[in-house]
Amino acid sequence: MRYAETGYNLEIDLATGNIERVETDPKLMELHLGGLGTSVKIHWDRVPPETTAFDPENLMVIATGLLVGTPAFSCNRTIISTISPQTGLLAYPMMGGFFASELKHAGYDKVIIRNKSPKLVYLYINNDKVELRDAAHLKGKGAVETCELIRQELNQPNAQVAAIGLAGENRVWFASIEQGRSSCSRQGAGAVMGDKGLKAVVVRGTKDINLADGAKFMEHMKDITAYINFRNENPLPGIQPIMAGIGSPQEMLHVDEAWHTTGFAWGNARVRRKDFWTEEIAKSWETTQHEAVKRLISCYNCPQQCGALITYKDVPAYFMKCFSKLTYTMAAYVEDLDFAFRIAHRAFNYGLDSFSTPQVLAFAVELYEAGILTDEDMPGFPPGNEDRFYYLLDKVARREGIGDILAEGTYGAARKIGKGAEKFDHNTTKKHEQMNVKLGMMDPLYYIMYATNEKISITQIEGNWPQSPFPTMEQREEFVRDWPQLPDEKFKKYFLDWEPRGEMANPYYPTPDIASEIVDWMDTIHNIDDALGFCAGMASFCLKPPYHINNYWKLISAATGMQVDKDEVVRKVKRSRHLHRAYNVLRGMRRADEKPPEDHWKKRFPEIEEKLLDAYYKHKGWNNDGIPTRKTLEEYDLGYVADELERRGILKDGQD
Amino acid sequence: MAKIKKKIKTIKVDADKCNGCRSCEIICSSFHATPKYSLSNPARSRIQVIRHPIQDIWVPVFAGEYTPAECMGRDKYIINGKEYDECGFCRAVCPSRDLFKEPDSGLPLKCDMCEGEEKPLCVEWCLNDVLIFEEREEEVDEEEEQRLEDMEIGLEALADKYGLDKLKEALSRMTKD
Ligand code: SF4
Ligand code: SF4
Ligand code: SF4
Repeated sequence: MRYAETGYNLEIDLATGNIERVETDPKLMELHLGGLGTSVKIHWDRVPPETTAFDPENLMVIATGLLVGTPAFSCNRTIISTISPQTGLLAYPMMGGFFASELKHAGYDKVIIRNKSPKLVYLYINNDKVELRDAAHLKGKGAVETCELIRQELNQPNAQVAAIGLAGENRVWFASIEQGRSSCSRQGAGAVMGDKGLKAVVVRGTKDINLADGAKFMEHMKDITAYINFRNENPLPGIQPIMAGIGSPQEMLHVDEAWHTTGFAWGNARVRRKDFWTEEIAKSWETTQHEAVKRLISCYNCPQQCGALITYKDVPAYFMKCFSKLTYTMAAYVEDLDFAFRIAHRAFNYGLDSFSTPQVLAFAVELYEAGILTDEDMPGFPPGNEDRFYYLLDKVARREGIGDILAEGTYGAARKIGKGAEKFDHNTTKKHEQMNVKLGMMDPLYYIMYATNEKISITQIEGNWPQSPFPTMEQREEFVRDWPQLPDEKFKKYFLDWEPRGEMANPYYPTPDIASEIVDWMDTIHNIDDALGFCAGMASFCLKPPYHINNYWKLISAATGMQVDKDEVVRKVKRSRHLHRAYNVLRGMRRADEKPPEDHWKKRFPEIEEKLLDAYYKHKGWNNDGIPTRKTLEEYDLGYVADELERRGILKDGQD
Repeated sequence: MAKIKKKIKTIKVDADKCNGCRSCEIICSSFHATPKYSLSNPARSRIQVIRHPIQDIWVPVFAGEYTPAECMGRDKYIINGKEYDECGFCRAVCPSRDLFKEPDSGLPLKCDMCEGEEKPLCVEWCLNDVLIFEEREEEVDEEEEQRLEDMEIGLEALADKYGLDKLKEALSRMTKD
């Protein structure tokens, strides 16, 4: 019997309609755990670097985390991996919600989709019964709407649906895959799904997930539950509310947005408005939010409630999560939160990433104001901020006129438009839109994270370490006193020594070596979450989280029966991490690509920055170009990867 | 008439607070597995959260009695403008629907209030305080307590219908085989 995992993948060939249930090699769990780890291995084995996003050979892998379906709270992630049309690298957007658990209970760890369907279809998985069904009648339908329509037509109210909207069908490079409550948004996985002619994946499952030592598992969960309860009652003192709690940022609950609206940049990631949050705004936003949020909702088996059912005025009901409340509003310079709850409904139905999309639209508005785009490019472009966003949103989703160019994202569109538009593409890294943050002093930790993160999205590497030093020694001492999540006691000293100003402050401290250790730890935690299926909000993207490097191994051992300790878990995850890096290296990623947006900080220190990258690569066991060395690869049983890198002339024979 | 004490166990369901996490289903299935906690499968749970998220409907319902035949009529509630499913609040394991049946065998499931545990597990695992356990003692008449068992109720009904003699004949015929 297989424990924690189901031991089966579904292989779907959309060109022939062939469907196969394939037993997986138990060794893979020993090597890579599951989730993202085993998915990276599939891409490495089966999709060569020549394959681009819209080639039929590009795989779309819908994976569940190794511990999804066990009683571990907040373990519910679906990870969809595919070659991104935007970056050409491996995209792996994730979603919470209820999809992954349902898929696992249907009896599958992953669904692996290849080739393209000649006509629009959807995939229906009901335990052992799996079929491709015609989706002609769903063409052009909204993603949220599609989920409901399919549940009705199949008479399966409890089926979970992940669907694309018009943007995905039209292969917009930042199209998302929507599940109602959650979405896989980043880097255009929705465009790949649309390109394959797959409108939705529907799943219903009623099978068991087995645990090797369930009683032990529950013992560990008791401790973790006690800590969750404790933290829900005791937010961290001295930290802004949005980060003092556990769970993903509780954007649907909190109404105080002073921190985001005054700290983050408005428009095309341009302007910080330090005076924005007035009493009047606070009042109006609170009223609007309370009017819109009908009920706070959670993901599968999670005690937090980061999402909400939105029923707002004449807008049809939909779900919202996280930061999407603010992204459109801030990018469009709209001060009335009413706009947020209206435009989000349209954007989710189109199936668009709410991080990239608002930036692309704001970029177009800037180009228009600068005279680079004109009324000829945008006939009938309205004067109001809100109307302009609706206008552009529609154009992009339909790929109409200017929308057809904008559909390639800021980087791609800037190069197509030319005439100096490139200068307005100022907030991308590796061609992907970054968080709308612009700050003063270069920060060593964030420098490394922005530069090197494989997800190209800061929230997928930061989280366990406070964003800035604490002003007084007393506060720091108080904070480190109870910090069992740390990988090593010495990290406490790093934190105590970190000062807001002076020699022991950014950009000089943490030193490159210390910064490398801290970032490597955070990177590893994120990768553990992504292999196991935990919500980052309860682990890697959270200060002092319930799940951490010192307790994962207990859950993994009890669930799988594979006896691992902390070091062994780290080793497995690092193995996948090196493989992941090597895969992107095969696809052309190099040191030259690893830089945060130029204007991310006002004060830059090129010399220190070089040293930071040098140190981090060295710490990771990568060469000076960010490529894993043969020695490192062999240490992690990845000799075959070194061979391939050598065969392609990327690693030179004899060097490391 | 003599009075005796009886324990009444109630789980109060504050459905407005439910956030649809399904933790209650997960822990119930896991607790009732053999060996205990050896698996998890919400489809085996004795509590099911009736869900229509987009309509703001989340109603935890506990598995009640098995019934061989569905009732003569069905109910349908509309509360605060929300239209609930037919038989939406009914706890019966009824042939008219799949609810509260083991997914593989189809055998009925019934909530046993987690017999033997201090507190029902679903209550403990609902960290949102939707499920609230209450236990109280009530004094009841002894006679009332000596209620007829299910089978006797059934037999009585048959005797009522066909007369006691006919029932006796039928029984003796059946016991001869
Ligand atoms: S913390 Fe929030 S996002 Fe994470 S699993 Fe729970 S409800 Fe979902
Ligand atoms: S009380 Fe126990 S048996 Fe009944 S639904 Fe809750 S967990 Fe299941
Ligand atoms: S555990 Fe509580 S909040 Fe979660 S579904 Fe059950 S009743 Fe609702």
